[in-house]
Amino acid sequence: MQEFIWLLPTLPLLGFLSLAITGGSLPKRAVAAIGAGSIGAAFLVAALIAVEFLNAGEEVFVYQAWVWMSVGSFSPGFTFYLDGLSLVMMLIITGVGFLIHLYSTGFMFDDPSYSRFFSYMNLFVAAMLMLVLADNLVLLYLGWEGVGLCSYLLIGFWYENPANGYAARKAFVVTRVGDTSMAIGLFLLFRELGTLNIQDLMIAAQSEWQIGTGMAVACSLLLLGGAVGKSAQLPLQAWLPDAMAGPTPISALIHAATMVTAGVYLIARTHILFELAPSVQLLVAWVGLATLLMAGFTAMTQHDIKRILAYSTISQIGYMFLGLGVGAWSASVFHLMTHAFFKALLFLAAGTVIYSLHHEHDIFKMGGKRKQLPIAFASFMIGSLALAAFPFTSGYFSKDEILLAAYATGGPGVWLWAGGVLGAFLTGIYSFRLVFVVFFGASHGHHDEKEKTGFSMATPLFILMLLSLLGGWIQIPVESVFNHGQAHEEHHVSALIHGIMIAVPLVGIAVSYLFFFSGALSVEKLMSYKFSKILHRFWFSGWAMDALYKHLLINPFMWLARLNRNDFFDALYNSVIAISRSAHGLVAKTQTGYLGWYLISMAAGLTAVLAVGVYL
Amino acid sequence: METIPTEHGLILAGILFVLGFIGVLTRRNIVFVLMSLEIMLNASGLAFIVAAARWGHAEGQIMFLMILTLAAAEVAVGLGLIIQMYRKFQTVDISVLSEMNG
Repeated sequence: MQEFIWLLPTLPLLGFLSLAITGGSLPKRAVAAIGAGSIGAAFLVAALIAVEFLNAGEEVFVYQAWVWMSVGSFSPGFTFYLDGLSLVMMLIITGVGFLIHLYSTGFMFDDPSYSRFFSYMNLFVAAMLMLVLADNLVLLYLGWEGVGLCSYLLIGFWYENPANGYAARKAFVVTRVGDTSMAIGLFLLFRELGTLNIQDLMIAAQSEWQIGTGMAVACSLLLLGGAVGKSAQLPLQAWLPDAMAGPTPISALIHAATMVTAGVYLIARTHILFELAPSVQLLVAWVGLATLLMAGFTAMTQHDIKRILAYSTISQIGYMFLGLGVGAWSASVFHLMTHAFFKALLFLAAGTVIYSLHHEHDIFKMGGKRKQLPIAFASFMIGSLALAAFPFTSGYFSKDEILLAAYATGGPGVWLWAGGVLGAFLTGIYSFRLVFVVFFGASHGHHDEKEKTGFSMATPLFILMLLSLLGGWIQIPVESVFNHGQAHEEHHVSALIHGIMIAVPLVGIAVSYLFFFSGALSVEKLMSYKFSKILHRFWFSGWAMDALYKHLLINPFMWLARLNRNDFFDALYNSVIAISRSAHGLVAKTQTGYLGWYLISMAAGLTAVLAVGVYL
Repeated sequence: METIPTEHGLILAGILFVLGFIGVLTRRNIVFVLMSLEIMLNASGLAFIVAAARWGHAEGQIMFLMILTLAAAEVAVGLGLIIQMYRKFQTVDISVLSEMNG
């Protein structure tokens, strides 16, 4: 079965091709069957491969489909590399991807561009599978750019609204900054080590570079740049909240469960390189911490249900980066998986809320919806518990592991741990603020709408609820990838630390309860202070990052563009045109249309030629 | 037998050619332009015959016969065109046909 691994990217790609070629002429049922069916089939193949791979007990399986190009010693191939890490990623992508596709068949049913939607979705899954299964960085980069393209296409899916197009461009351009840095990183790696095969690269790096070598630092910094862009971490996080302009299943699949975690995957995949550059690895942790706190504070102030979830995604990926930075590779991948479960659940439930309430996004215009939207309520409850790391939900286990690893690092680890715990406190507040405001209290409008969930939309929600609750008990087979044969080290910390980590999210939930449920504390009162008002505005704007970039980058660029409106080089080329035009005008004047004039000029020309011939 | 000197023949041919050319340039009636063209053709024919007589070759006379046929054919086509022109523009003034200018 393992040799059929090439089917994994191929099946969604075939789905994409058949949907793209038919161009929307298929009936909707056929589109749904192809769109969701191709991913379902891919998931089946992935599951069978996983069973065989785990039973065989091998650590690695490599399958080369064909050589892509061969230039001297450089011959990257369409080669798929299966180990514990790519196994987990491939199961998440096909599994969660299939659930979201199934959900979309119901959610998008009224959309006129049904077929286009599924063709993009299938292309995305194909590119994402290419990304995680690639055995060399060139193929990985192909998938990396492929998912970026699909992200752009799907954010701007409803392109009639110019704002959506702007959001799509913003996402594309901002991630491009990271992608460029990553491409330079690839060039540098190839020049220094002569290969781009990931495993060879790691071995070569280990044997050629000392720990902390300048080249190792440079390469890992450049790769980190790519990861930061894709995973929406500081300072390139600005695109993700705007990316919520796309349809909600897109936010679930691309901007929560899979694509934005590609940066985490990249760092985990090349972790040996980062281990060779401890300073960069520590930087990863600090970036993660700063991002998770910033996004946590911002999420508390947002009104739009999807923006809250977007900032919470940024924040959770910050946790993953924190884990990567302290060397808790498997914990980060574990959190990636549980996050895929509960964040997909939350987004799909948010989709149900939005869909049922006629595209209402503002949580303060909802209220008291738990009877009206029971399935969404249950989903939000479970998803938020997992998000806030309530004990024994899936998020608890993964976040716990990351924070324990941070605490055990020593040095700055305590501060990282403390920041992470503060982030958990914020997570408790903002996730339950959402739940309390939307589902409890007095209803603010939309009194009569019924929940719209057919079989296709409810089933994925139920499955994801189960996974969010119990996903923490799944053992992911990544030990052999990260530990290089050494036994897993247990983190022993005092009961006090454990107690704090369990209690803090609960305190956060309690604070949220006091503010938004019982009304013992009032937001209005808090906002009456000038200081908190300023702080609120600051956080609401996402720490004014957009304004910062506007002044720092966009305005100077626009200024330059205006300055050079009549492009200097264009003037150069235009002068050539002007000269030949005027020459043409001069010659055209001789074309009078009078026969006599032509004859005279002919005779004069002939005489001149003859004269030249005779006298010279 | 007294022969005409070659120079005289050539000068006559030259004069005829120039006269024809001036006719083509100056006449506005297209019939006269055509006639002037005939004169130019005959001038070159005369030059051929004079040259043939000078060198004692028959080729010059053959060339003249060819020019004669050519002129007949040319006149046939030319007159046809003139009739078309007259039908279309109701005139035989050549300067009217000056629309094809740059």
